[in-house]
Amino acid sequence: MISAFANPHRFMALSKWLAPACLGVGALLIAYSVWQGLWVVPQDDYQGGDIMRALFIHVPSAWLAMGSYLGLALASFVWFVWRHELADMAAKSIAPLGAGYTAMCLATGSIWGKPTWGTWWLWDDARMMSVLVMFFLFLGYMALRAAMETRQKAARAGAILAMVGAVNVPLIKFSVDIWASIHQGPSVLRADGPAMPAVYLTPLLLGALGHMIFFAGLTMVLMRAEVWQRRSDVLIARKLAGA
Amino acid sequence: MNSPSPIRAAFRQAIGEAWAGGAGALLPIGFFAGAAMLVPFTIGSEASQLAAIGTGVLWVALALASLVSMERLFQADLEDGTLELWAQDETPLFLIASAKILAHWLISGLPLVVLTPVIGITLQVPAGQLVPAMLAYGLGGLAFFLWGGVAGALAASVPRGGLLIALLALPLFIPTAIFGALSVQTGLEGPNILFLSASTLFALAVAPIGASAALRLAVD
Repeated sequence: MISAFANPHRFMALSKWLAPACLGVGALLIAYSVWQGLWVVPQDDYQGGDIMRALFIHVPSAWLAMGSYLGLALASFVWFVWRHELADMAAKSIAPLGAGYTAMCLATGSIWGKPTWGTWWLWDDARMMSVLVMFFLFLGYMALRAAMETRQKAARAGAILAMVGAVNVPLIKFSVDIWASIHQGPSVLRADGPAMPAVYLTPLLLGALGHMIFFAGLTMVLMRAEVWQRRSDVLIARKLAGA
Repeated sequence: MNSPSPIRAAFRQAIGEAWAGGAGALLPIGFFAGAAMLVPFTIGSEASQLAAIGTGVLWVALALASLVSMERLFQADLEDGTLELWAQDETPLFLIASAKILAHWLISGLPLVVLTPVIGITLQVPAGQLVPAMLAYGLGGLAFFLWGGVAGALAASVPRGGLLIALLALPLFIPTAIFGALSVQTGLEGPNILFLSASTLFALAVAPIGASAALRLAVD
């Protein structure tokens, strides 16, 4: 099944309309959730009044940050085992987007933390620490790829690093959780159902879905750019060989 | 012809590098002591303050000192062709990589552990806390060297890869740093020293495989 998707021609044909479609649908959903979050839903005084509206960016970006590291590790694994070039292109494209979402999560979290907790940054909070570590994992991945002299070496080194990082993530998470946490407890994914009122939950989930679709669209755009880059490299090499 | 086992060769070669030109094993020691020396100058010399942060400062200095020599760990083997021979040998490459990293830890990691009580005392840490802490520093330092070895192997073919190695390895140091610092603070009582040992064993199991995959990439 993976092989069917690994065909670059099929990917280019599919992503030609799927990438803009994802970007459009994703942008619409994000716009809806931001509009709901900023103007429609009532403010929640318990979470610091109007500042809680950061929720509609902060929480999706946290989910996307975690999901993108998972995606990076999976794409690296698929490339390492089956050597499907598209998997490597996916990994290469996911890294900067994941780093961006991680940075957005940290930035919005700080902005939210300042009025509610009274500080921009808390070192003893487990989730902030985990996201920060993930940010550094993304940075290291991109720096390693950039340092390698050939594309093949960049792909291999990146895949090894992403997999070593991925097996470490549970350990990092566990060790960071040992740190005392003053974060509020989870309020969406709980065994007894969401504790958040539907008026917040619906725009939040739609927004998160929108970010996911938008992320997929951006990944496809970057992958298409990579395919074109490789094609142009081949054309240049051919021209130089012929001349 | 009777050639020596590559595992032993790698081990002896790494030990020999301690005596090689350009300071060898003295370099990490100097860096370790120097980094710790900066602390009283930057934080202030008040005894109670230093005592409170002393063991943590030693962890930071140990983590940074572990990275100093990682750039050359496999780079020299790549340049003189040793790595290529190891990759072709029937001995599994991860065993050779483990031998090299362990030997490197013996000559540039263990001396730092021996030095921790001396620096700890100058940082006003109670002497009774420092001797049991050496076990934690030893275990933690080994994990630092193992993850540093993976980063060093990944960056073996990168010229001037020192900073890259630091960026790759530091996130992997976090569990060790957390459990290590907690076990020193609690004086080896409680579960933290067990968590520290577990994370070092985990590094011992995973890091050589990652390092050997990276070394194969470097010779290709």
